[in-house]
Amino acid sequence: MANIDVTHEEHSVHDHGHHDDFHDEHHGDKYQSGFITTYIFSMDHKMIAKQFLITGMFWAIIGGLMSLVFRLQLGFPESDMAWLQPILRGWIVVDPATGIGTLDPEFYYALVTMHGTILVFFVLTAGLSGTFSNLLIPLQLGARDMASPFLNMLSYWFFFLAGLVMFASLFLSTGPFSGGWTAYPPLSALPQASSGSGAGMTLWTVSLVLFVVSVLLGGINYITTVLNLRTKGMNMWRMPLTIWAFFVTAILGLLSFPVLASAFFLIMFDRGLGTSFYLSEIFVGGQALDQVGGSPILYQHLFWFLGHPEVYIIILPAMGLVSEVLAVHCRKPIFGYRAMVYSILAIGFLSFIVWAHHMFMSGVNPFISNFFVIFTLIIAVPSAVKVFNWITTMWGGNIRFNAASLFAIGFVSMFISGGLTGIFLGNSAIDIQLHDTYFVVAHFHIVMGIAAFFGMFAGVYHWYPKMFGRFMNDTLGKIHFWITFAGAYLIFWPMHYLGMAGVPRRYYSFTTFDAFAHFEAMNQFITVAAIVVFGAQLLLVVNFFYSMFFGREQKTRNPYGATTLEWTTPIHAGHGNWPGAIPHIHRWAYDYGKDGKEFIPQTTPLAEGEKDEGH
Amino acid sequence: MANHSTIEEDVQYIDNTVDQGAWSGGERPFKASYGKLMMWYFLLSDAFTFAGFLIAYGALRFSSVTWPVPDAVFSTAPFNNLGLGIPLPLIFVTFMTFVLIFSSVTMVRAVQEGHRENKNGVVFWMFLTILGGAAFLGCQAWEWTNLIYTEGMTITKDPFGTHIDSGTYMTADELKGAGFVETKKDGATYYLPPNTSDLEENRFYTKKDHHGHDLTGTKFKPEDSFLVTYDHNTHHYETSAYKTEDGKIRKEQFGPKAFGALFFFITGFHGFHVLSGVVFLLIIMLNVMSGLYVERRNGYEMVEKIGLYWHFVDLVWVFVFLVFYLL
Repeated sequence: MANIDVTHEEHSVHDHGHHDDFHDEHHGDKYQSGFITTYIFSMDHKMIAKQFLITGMFWAIIGGLMSLVFRLQLGFPESDMAWLQPILRGWIVVDPATGIGTLDPEFYYALVTMHGTILVFFVLTAGLSGTFSNLLIPLQLGARDMASPFLNMLSYWFFFLAGLVMFASLFLSTGPFSGGWTAYPPLSALPQASSGSGAGMTLWTVSLVLFVVSVLLGGINYITTVLNLRTKGMNMWRMPLTIWAFFVTAILGLLSFPVLASAFFLIMFDRGLGTSFYLSEIFVGGQALDQVGGSPILYQHLFWFLGHPEVYIIILPAMGLVSEVLAVHCRKPIFGYRAMVYSILAIGFLSFIVWAHHMFMSGVNPFISNFFVIFTLIIAVPSAVKVFNWITTMWGGNIRFNAASLFAIGFVSMFISGGLTGIFLGNSAIDIQLHDTYFVVAHFHIVMGIAAFFGMFAGVYHWYPKMFGRFMNDTLGKIHFWITFAGAYLIFWPMHYLGMAGVPRRYYSFTTFDAFAHFEAMNQFITVAAIVVFGAQLLLVVNFFYSMFFGREQKTRNPYGATTLEWTTPIHAGHGNWPGAIPHIHRWAYDYGKDGKEFIPQTTPLAEGEKDEGH
Repeated sequence: MANHSTIEEDVQYIDNTVDQGAWSGGERPFKASYGKLMMWYFLLSDAFTFAGFLIAYGALRFSSVTWPVPDAVFSTAPFNNLGLGIPLPLIFVTFMTFVLIFSSVTMVRAVQEGHRENKNGVVFWMFLTILGGAAFLGCQAWEWTNLIYTEGMTITKDPFGTHIDSGTYMTADELKGAGFVETKKDGATYYLPPNTSDLEENRFYTKKDHHGHDLTGTKFKPEDSFLVTYDHNTHHYETSAYKTEDGKIRKEQFGPKAFGALFFFITGFHGFHVLSGVVFLLIIMLNVMSGLYVERRNGYEMVEKIGLYWHFVDLVWVFVFLVFYLL
């Protein structure tokens, strides 16, 4: 592994950096004066990043465990679940005669709903872009911190509060919300619709409104920091692809989450005050309700106007992390830097005009569907540009196979596999057959679930030293990778077959359907694979917390031989990141293998007659 | 603030090895401070929230067969019942809108005085802005009160059909002897004479006046007579007749419920923005008076930021005004 000459690097920062009025008072300033300001109500972006990450891990474990419970139900519907009763209490109904425990169907729906909500919002939005935007935006741009450290802190605590409310809803006697993570009315708009639609849905809405506040506070900060706080020389075309990805992600969040908030405010009125924005001609128990004139399709439009950009809010940060990890560990400049940037921008733009492809079968006009089919399929173009660029970045590279780069490569594999099925589903005609089947489940889990997790894992393994000054165990990381990689395909590949055979998603049990009886073994196989993969994630958790205290220590500032700015700070950087001057930037972020040098940091001035590659 | 002056010094600092230019790093593009940028981005996101509501408005309005005519809904003003008694379509809301837009003008003046570092000028014009905002809120309070208590519109009930005659809703007494009967069919309005057994037996029948309030005692008396509209879907009879000025009785369906809900929700959400704006303006005006911004020497940037917010709220009102009062 290449080690950089530390003294040379410090010299370079000193000569070419600039001094602001920053004073490095390690234990004295208002940001880090005591335990509470350092670890809890911290305004330091690095600490906030760790808070996002660890909270995200907590939720990932909860959400993952939920999926295991409903996978057990799907794989072994007849088996005794009484052993889960100590944890799930009343949700396991034990037959007093036989002693066999069965999962309450209402709770099955609640589990599916919570699994989706938690994973999409708390883990892959907050846990992924919250963590790495916070960690990397100031560090890679050469900023002391975010534009507003205070709002940044609030962003985390609103997320925390959202989590608290959602967590409380898990313990309601009527159960958490159970109408699917998309919360379509009438299940979400009528408190009497199902057991989870009452208090569970109330807490769900409150939680997600708090979450929207968190995303907006974070997003406003990220955008402003990227625009205003770049260090000297860091023009937009010299920013690493991570920053481009976080930047566009923040813009997507800023424009789409408010619409979700609008949708939720209207639903709150429908639930609490008897309006009928989303309700019309509903009969409950043979009684017609007062609500007339509303439109459930309206909710779907508002929801998916967030919902589709949301999947890019999840995948873009992963793409950015993967681009950076691949370039560093392949020791090659990223292939087609500008094309990568333009495809991020194109994906960001297109993500706003494809939302109705989630609604082909909801009763939207088929002619309108044509419009959405076309733009959905066009998204394949920038996505393919990115995939080819990752592959060509690897091509001929001197690849270091460590946990980070393996997960980055795994990301590319998952993104291709899941992306291809997206082309099926993007066609409204094929969607007639495939919608609401396990094909859809397989598609989005691979392309935005597993792929985003792989990007996140690559980021965690790669930037772990930046966070804790120690390395994670690489062998354990590789074992984690191979089990997860193989296991993820073993879980989701068979689901495509289920889906093509018409097996519908969200069903509690298939035992009463003769048509699906022969899939019993396949469902058992998927369940076993899911349990193994979940077990492998515990390797990551153990590795993460063990390495925090006992991992191999980071001895040099730039252990990977990377070009970007985050590796020019001290190993344990205090608030303000650079103790003295802020480094200046003289070149783009990907000068690997140039002019006979293995890598040239961004802080190194251009040599006589040398041209900057980024332009 | 010390921090700010340092940024200015940085601009002076020239390092020839680094590209120069607004976007080359170490600079604020468009010379916008981070605070102002954040306000702009917040407003952008807020615009999307309002857009969500207005799209909901459009979707529900155009899926409804009928929609109330604004001239008939908003046709009164305070003190109108003190003798004037003539319809004043949109007169009051025009006044409200004028007050709000004018408060934007005073806000501009406050920001301008801020650039001149003229503390007293800032306070004076901000005070007028706060007055304007408060006046708008007062008008809105009156308008809501009038719609709820006089016209009987609530978030779940819209008494305004598509009628365009001017007229008054009838009381139960007036309905007696209105004198025509039609067969009971969906959507039809017909007269229910006194002592109709049909009324007593129909458990869905609720006797309400045109405000949607239960009539005295809520107990149905067999001698009452009504002009009612029967809605098959909800099995509801609604009293919805009104009398025109020439004494004729017209039947009218209740208007789409979405009108009331959307009106109160969207103007309420906007009013909440105005209220927050007034509170923030007040706080910032007190800060200006205390001399807090004098030492910052940044042209009262805080006043400029709340000014951005205030103009945004006014701009949103233009759209709200457009969809509820003009279209």
